[in-house]
Amino acid sequence: MHNSKEEYLEAIYNLTRGGKAATTSDISKRLNISPSSVTEMFKKLAEDGYITYSPYQGVTLTEQGTALGEKMARKHRLLERFLHDTLKIGKDKVHEEACAMEHTLSDEAERALCLALKYPDRCPDDGKMIPPCNLDFASCQECREWNKGNFRELGKRKKDVISLLELKTNREATIAFIRGGKSMLQRLCDMGLTPGTKITVSRIAPLKGPVEINIRGSKLALGNRIAGNIFVEAPEKCKPPVKKD
Amino acid sequence: MKDAPESAMLIDSSETGSSVTDRRLTLALAGNVNVGKSTIFNQLTGLAQETGNWGGKTVEVKKGTLYHHGLQIDIVDLPGIYSFATYSPEEQITHEYILTQSPDVIINVVDATSLERNLFFTLQLKEMGQPVVLVLNYNDIARKKSINIDTGLLGELLGVPVVDTIAIKGIGVHEFVDKALELLDKSRSNAGKLKYGTEVEQRIDKVIELLNNASPKTASRWLAIQLLEGKNPLSLSEDEKISAVVSQAEKLTGELVSMHGEDISTIISAERYALAASITEKVSSRTSNVKKFSNILDNITLHPVFGYFLFFLTLAAILFVVSLFGEWVTGVIEGFFESFKPEITGPAMDIFWNGGVIGFYAALIVAIGFILPFFLILSWLSESGYLPRIAFLMDRPCHTLGLHGMSSIPLIMALGCNVPACMACRVMNNKRDRLLATFLTTMVPCAARTSIVLGLVGAFIGWQWAVGVLFFQFLLIYLIGLALNKIMPSTSPGIIMEIPEYRWPSLKNVWRQAWLRFKEFLVIGVPLIVIGSIVIEALNVFNWLDYITDILAPVTVSWLGLPAFTGVLLIFGILRKEANLALLISFAGGAAITTIMTPLQMVVFTIVILIYIPCISTIAVLLKETGIKVTALMVLAEIGLAILIGGIAYRLLGLFL
Ligand SMILES: Nc1nc2c(ncn2[C@@H]2O[C@H](COP(=O)(O)OP(=O)(O)OP(=O)(O)O)[C@@H](O)[C@H]2O)c(=O)[nH]1
Ligand SMILES: [Mg+2]
Repeated sequence: MHNSKEEYLEAIYNLTRGGKAATTSDISKRLNISPSSVTEMFKKLAEDGYITYSPYQGVTLTEQGTALGEKMARKHRLLERFLHDTLKIGKDKVHEEACAMEHTLSDEAERALCLALKYPDRCPDDGKMIPPCNLDFASCQECREWNKGNFRELGKRKKDVISLLELKTNREATIAFIRGGKSMLQRLCDMGLTPGTKITVSRIAPLKGPVEINIRGSKLALGNRIAGNIFVEAPEKCKPPVKKD
Repeated sequence: MKDAPESAMLIDSSETGSSVTDRRLTLALAGNVNVGKSTIFNQLTGLAQETGNWGGKTVEVKKGTLYHHGLQIDIVDLPGIYSFATYSPEEQITHEYILTQSPDVIINVVDATSLERNLFFTLQLKEMGQPVVLVLNYNDIARKKSINIDTGLLGELLGVPVVDTIAIKGIGVHEFVDKALELLDKSRSNAGKLKYGTEVEQRIDKVIELLNNASPKTASRWLAIQLLEGKNPLSLSEDEKISAVVSQAEKLTGELVSMHGEDISTIISAERYALAASITEKVSSRTSNVKKFSNILDNITLHPVFGYFLFFLTLAAILFVVSLFGEWVTGVIEGFFESFKPEITGPAMDIFWNGGVIGFYAALIVAIGFILPFFLILSWLSESGYLPRIAFLMDRPCHTLGLHGMSSIPLIMALGCNVPACMACRVMNNKRDRLLATFLTTMVPCAARTSIVLGLVGAFIGWQWAVGVLFFQFLLIYLIGLALNKIMPSTSPGIIMEIPEYRWPSLKNVWRQAWLRFKEFLVIGVPLIVIGSIVIEALNVFNWLDYITDILAPVTVSWLGLPAFTGVLLIFGILRKEANLALLISFAGGAAITTIMTPLQMVVFTIVILIYIPCISTIAVLLKETGIKVTALMVLAEIGLAILIGGIAYRLLGLFL
């Protein structure tokens, strides 16, 4: 039962990432479960505080739901990469395998897997982005160098992060986390993209084109993939709107 | 007598044999990309380094000589660099130069309108204890944006002399040489003023202390920081004492990492930026911040639809303008010379007129009518800042070839001349990308090759055919890119590029840039073509030409369906591509080319010319950039491709023409 909850949240996470709500029929198609069982599960998930559910508009994830859904999506995609890259299992098979394994992968193993695979950012079958981890690191290099103490003592990230690709244009945000290898991190830092710096995206070219950003008073163009690996603190949208000046 | 600031005489760098003074001073220009280093270099030395409004033009160390108040000073132009933690090959060159050649003074050129970003590198120079003169360039633009910088305070904070310049107008460039000379007389130990955050600073001090105990000679702030960053620059670890310091430093690094919760290189970068930002804050004031013209222009030029439209319009406009201009120049020059045409009596006269004179004016037609306007337009575009926009627009399409947008800059430059374009391929930071882009670059029709498309196909068959041939060539380039991408899959992480603001180019500079490239066509190209034309005419007159053309006839005549004489042109074209059109004109002996070639032959000939081989100068650059094996492979591939496609075109297009 626990597993299927995670499965649902993962599916809703994938469907609502673009900002839309997911409907019963979306989920029913995706998980291959009858609409009536889906509706039933929606009620349960809503009771547990994972989703907000209104019969005609569909469902969206709450903060708690997003966290769990994202976690499952991350584990799923990391496993896909592992199955594909390391174990050389065919692209067509990795999805199902990963579906079965994701629920038993601990968070500690998830981190180890991510490090062993050198911080992968895309899944092998459909090229979807692997969500970032929720550990309190500003870069993968920092995570790699963290080697003392108990995994459980590792702090969780205080704020949600989104990638530059998901950030609305012309909205200022603060760099929170950079995913990638050492030389890429070094270059981005040297170009002024140090964690904690304010950044705005002024243009995102369509069809996975490059991204134009403003940082420290100058404009840079970043490739789509690089921009997708730069994460900023998510603007707080779930909370009631603050008075604007 | 005028006593102008030009007490500095300008001479060429190459011949500097005898040492007049006891020791030549060396000033090296270093700084971020696109800050005006090469412009300053050109002003000081009178040489012709490539300039333009985008980052990464200079890819090699270039030396020049400045005569300053009776002193001979070596001026060195270096590729742009953001950080000593280098990323691209040209940054590596600068890094190595500064470390190994230790110039007397480093002229750190910075962009006054983007001080914070630029000071990041300045701080690294100071850490190294390099003798630095800070040059604040782009003062005209800073003024326009009402950015005021307190140079006195900036100099005090950094402990370096600071000079304002407007490089493009030559304002201030001789002053900083004076400052550099003054600096040499002073002792320099003023790096201590720059402090990072206390946690980092304490540890730097501790490492310096440890180094002082272990090996006082090598101890420096820079080495201490390097050790903290986990880099061991001098392979010092053989020494036991030093390796003890190294492991101590590692421990200190560990402390910092756990305190800041960040990776060490991130911590150091952040410290440098924090310092750069605080200095910038102190010294500069910005009064207004209006929406810039450049931003508005970008809404159009980078627009996902209009942007591409504008790009293609630009390309079309270039072709249109050049072909109109070329046609006009052809008429004028031909008319002028033909009015002197004597009666041809005997072989000597024939060789003189049909070989020498027509060869001469045909070469002039191609150079002035086609190549010069191309260079002018491309140099204008480059100075305006449009090239990085093209890189932005083309990033997505380039990804289908496993390249990123930066590679479109060499491809555009190649429309002028392949030689600098092949060198510009160094802007790509991995080898595979560089190779692929270089190969594609050699396939791009340069101005000399385009002259034949416009002057032959365009002029005698129709513009639709000219456009068609060019379109086909670009399609071919794309297809080859796709094929190569299959063979060598991409590993490139993607583009990271500064997008400079648009600037209205200084027309003087545009002319200068175009002229410096164009000069070679006049000085080397024209004489070569005249000689070639005389030789060919002589061979023709005495009926010896057939011996040469017969060798190539199986390919040229039987397979490609071309007239036999084209064999000589193809051979000669390896030297100079523009010779093909010029020699054709002279071969026709003043009559229309239609008398010696059918339209079908014109098209096939042009297609072959576009593909068949890079010219000799390009081959020379290829050898340097890629080595003999790859160059040979590229040349052979292009010859094979030209023969294959030319033959197919002859058979297929025969149905239409
Ligand atoms: N308005 C203005 N333009 C300048 C000034 N100095 C240089 N430029 C222009 O700025 C652009 C860049 O100059 P470059 O000399 O090519 O810069 P660089 O530092 O050598 O660049 P890289 O070799 O690419 O690192 C060119 O288009 C110059 O014409 C200046 O003081 N004012
Ligand atoms: Mg330069």
